[in-house]
Amino acid sequence: MKKGIRRLSAAISFVFIMLFTAGCSDKFLVLDPKGSIGQQQLDLMIISTILCLVIIVPVLVLTFVIVWRYRQRPDRKAKYQPEWEHSTKLETIWWSVPIIIIVILAAITVRYTYALEPSKPIEHEAKPIVIQVTSLDWKWLFQYPEQGIATVNYVQFPEDVPVRFELTSDAPMNSFWIPQLGGQVYTMSGMAMTLHLIADEPGTYFGSGANFSGKDFAKMRFEAKATSQEEFDKWVSDIKGSSPALTMDGYKQLAKPGLSENVTYSAIPEGLFQQIVNKYQKSGSGHHHGSSGEAAGHEHGNAPDAAGTNQAATDQEHQMDHMNH
Amino acid sequence: MWDSIKKFASEFFVTGDPLIYGADVSIGLTMIAVVAALTYFKKWNWLWTEWLTTVDHKKIGIMYIIASILMLFRGGVDALLMRTQLAVPNMDFLSPEHYNAIFTTHGVIMILFMAMPFMFGLFNLVVPLQIGARDVAFPFLNSLSFWLFFMGAMLFNISFVIGGSPDAGWLSYPPLSEKMFSSGVGQDFYIWGIQISGIGSLMTGINFIVTILKMRAPGMKLMKMPMFSWSVLSSCITIILAFPILTITLALLFIDRYLGAHFFTLDGGGNPMMYINLIWMWGHPEVYIIVLPAFGVFSEIVATFSRKRLFGYKSMVFALMSISAFSFFTWAHHFFTMGSGADVNAFFALTTMAIAIPTGVKVFNWLFTMFRGKISFETPMLWAIAFIPCFVVGGMTGVLLSVAPADFQFHNSYFLIAHFHQVIIGGVVFGFFAGLYYWWPKVFGFTLNEKIGKWAFWFWNAGFYICFMPQYVLGLMGMTRRVNTYGWDTGWWELNFVSTIGAFLMGIGFLFQIWQILHSIKFMQKAPADPWNGRTLEWSIPSPAPMYNFATIPHVEERDAWWEEKQRRAQGEAPKPLPPLEPIHMPKNSGIPIIKSAFWFAAGFGLVFNWLWLAIPGFIGIALSMLAHSFNYDTDYYIPVDEIERTEAAAKGDAR
Repeated sequence: MKKGIRRLSAAISFVFIMLFTAGCSDKFLVLDPKGSIGQQQLDLMIISTILCLVIIVPVLVLTFVIVWRYRQRPDRKAKYQPEWEHSTKLETIWWSVPIIIIVILAAITVRYTYALEPSKPIEHEAKPIVIQVTSLDWKWLFQYPEQGIATVNYVQFPEDVPVRFELTSDAPMNSFWIPQLGGQVYTMSGMAMTLHLIADEPGTYFGSGANFSGKDFAKMRFEAKATSQEEFDKWVSDIKGSSPALTMDGYKQLAKPGLSENVTYSAIPEGLFQQIVNKYQKSGSGHHHGSSGEAAGHEHGNAPDAAGTNQAATDQEHQMDHMNH
Repeated sequence: MWDSIKKFASEFFVTGDPLIYGADVSIGLTMIAVVAALTYFKKWNWLWTEWLTTVDHKKIGIMYIIASILMLFRGGVDALLMRTQLAVPNMDFLSPEHYNAIFTTHGVIMILFMAMPFMFGLFNLVVPLQIGARDVAFPFLNSLSFWLFFMGAMLFNISFVIGGSPDAGWLSYPPLSEKMFSSGVGQDFYIWGIQISGIGSLMTGINFIVTILKMRAPGMKLMKMPMFSWSVLSSCITIILAFPILTITLALLFIDRYLGAHFFTLDGGGNPMMYINLIWMWGHPEVYIIVLPAFGVFSEIVATFSRKRLFGYKSMVFALMSISAFSFFTWAHHFFTMGSGADVNAFFALTTMAIAIPTGVKVFNWLFTMFRGKISFETPMLWAIAFIPCFVVGGMTGVLLSVAPADFQFHNSYFLIAHFHQVIIGGVVFGFFAGLYYWWPKVFGFTLNEKIGKWAFWFWNAGFYICFMPQYVLGLMGMTRRVNTYGWDTGWWELNFVSTIGAFLMGIGFLFQIWQILHSIKFMQKAPADPWNGRTLEWSIPSPAPMYNFATIPHVEERDAWWEEKQRRAQGEAPKPLPPLEPIHMPKNSGIPIIKSAFWFAAGFGLVFNWLWLAIPGFIGIALSMLAHSFNYDTDYYIPVDEIERTEAAAKGDAR
């Protein structure tokens, strides 16, 4: 018995040593946020952990004390009351303590749920930059409608400027996650979801697809780089000067299942993102979660309903409508 | 001709992986060995009459447990393969497709084909004995439930050597699971394996609700019923409300795949999110379905080994029932990050937190059952005590996950993986092990070796923490679930390596358990009727329980009826005179459940491969079996008094 306990505690301390040595590097992405959204989510994690520990720690101590004190042994002096089965006072205590903790936690959670709703714009003097994200099999396409460029498996944006990510998918659903900037949101075909994030300092951040989407899901990693505004502008103009343009045919090639290197494009087809979103919709049944101005454009979105059939050129004028709203 | 056979075989059988060829060979050899042994020892008749056609709840329970231990082995091997692949970066042990198939089958098997039958096994072994009944309410249906589960599980399992395993995750979210992205038969095996066994689960739920409500011994009011039976009742109510949702959801997915409908497809107005809502409306109650009976097991064990009444009985009942009701209102917390908006997220965050309250109260009640008790540490109690801290910590990380905005960072990461393994292993698996150890002597009539059992216990526990504590940290380091490999640059490898060690320690724990059983069979120690100084009715009858359970149906006046009876006898009160024996009315064995389930297997297999020449006869066979049973009036018989007397005398003689 005692030997077992010793063995267990040795094992647990081994784990902690391993955790500690691993902790010497700055790999705890979620605990090391570089943006206000991630920071608030971390605050919330810490608050909720502390609230939980208020009840968990006494329970663990109590468990140990009770098991130790009331174990059967020859020279035992502790009380034995085999008939004792009810105490209104005690039961009231342990119904009410968890209720109080949960009520406090619930109040905090609700407040943060509204404050951190991912479709809610971040309050900031700078105007947000829009980046349209499409998850493909098995790569990420990033389009910059304002700059007119696109990238694959790499995303760059200025620091200290809110980023409005518009997310969709042209493949099984995935989830877009940059842990150091904030939590993830799913990318789903037929709808454009919105995720607002901001980077408070320059840096290169780890990004990944978080929801399983088939064979090479594990390769769906990307780099998210935050730079100064000047560097960002220079990066954009470099791409404009040197990279090829993304054409509709190029997109169809890119969308085929397979892996991709980091690629940059100096131009994007007009309305490609809306076209991807609308591709899977019947007329008028659009799901625009949290994004603005969904009304007008969608009546026109009568995309062909066969799977995988790409938009014909005839749809081009509808796409123009979508871009205008 | 030869070429077309070769072509068919290369598509029909899974080819190309040495691991699977190895499995083919070992499956083949095992089957030959089993058939040869049965033939050589002339045991076919015995197998058919004693086991395959039995309607005895105890034997059905044993078959459930054996099946679930086999499935635990298969699911465990899947887990070890995964952990091996993840032990170091850039590992080439499993291809991505193979890895995806393995995590899918691991999840499905562990929940639906390990935890569920283990639980049904315990229901069958214990409930009738505990409430003073001679069998379940519908013994024929009970046998049918088992065989449907068994055929469904087999249909699912053969997919790894025939046709190909499903590989879209254990809940197989569309659009990935639709024909467009998963065109192989694996997904159809998934649908039909679960559908067929799901019918069995639903019928078991109905069966035990009726058994508990209608067949309790005289005097056993609901509020005098043992806590395990209460937990079975709450779990079964949840089953009958939740499983129809699963059946419908998978039926719709099947219609999409088979007939080209558009319920959940990307195109044609389909909505994959509808599937995700529906599947979790079943999936979340499902985890409570399996954990509630584990709570019941702990309640029995903690009271027995503290030699004290269960503290706060009414609170416990109320907590069980409120958990089972609340479990239907939390499903959307599995996808806070799908853009439902703040209103929806806030609602489901609150309901999820609320469910922590009754769960927490139960923990306090167990602790105060031990308080002022006399605690001894036999293996069932060890598992129960290990459960408390494990489940409390797992419950805490569950509350952290329920905080919706924080969940945006936890979701789909290894933090989540660590959480649900902690509550499912720490709660469900520890609970079912505890229950199996506790009731083993009653079921089999011999005791298990305590020393080997303790080794198994410590390996499982150390292995558990070493495996899953690092995974919480990996989640915070950004590692997402279901990745089949990772690079050196991520910094994840040390913790993954530790985690893999832990997984193998649990594997060793499992081997100790098997050794414990084999060792105890070899050095058979007869179990007394009441080995643990028990409190409830099952301990008042011989071990193993005779076929008819109770020679005379007991009268119950209080909770812990057997304990109180023993107290009275210790004070010198003479036991009440037993009424004279009467012939006992028993159900007759029937071959229809296994035959009908085999037809279901054929129908399912035919639909998987789109072979209507097999599916249609399968369905006709099902209909004919039902018809045959409807016209069978020879379903029961009486055990004569002198046979009861002989059995009882023999059991008494053994016990001395």
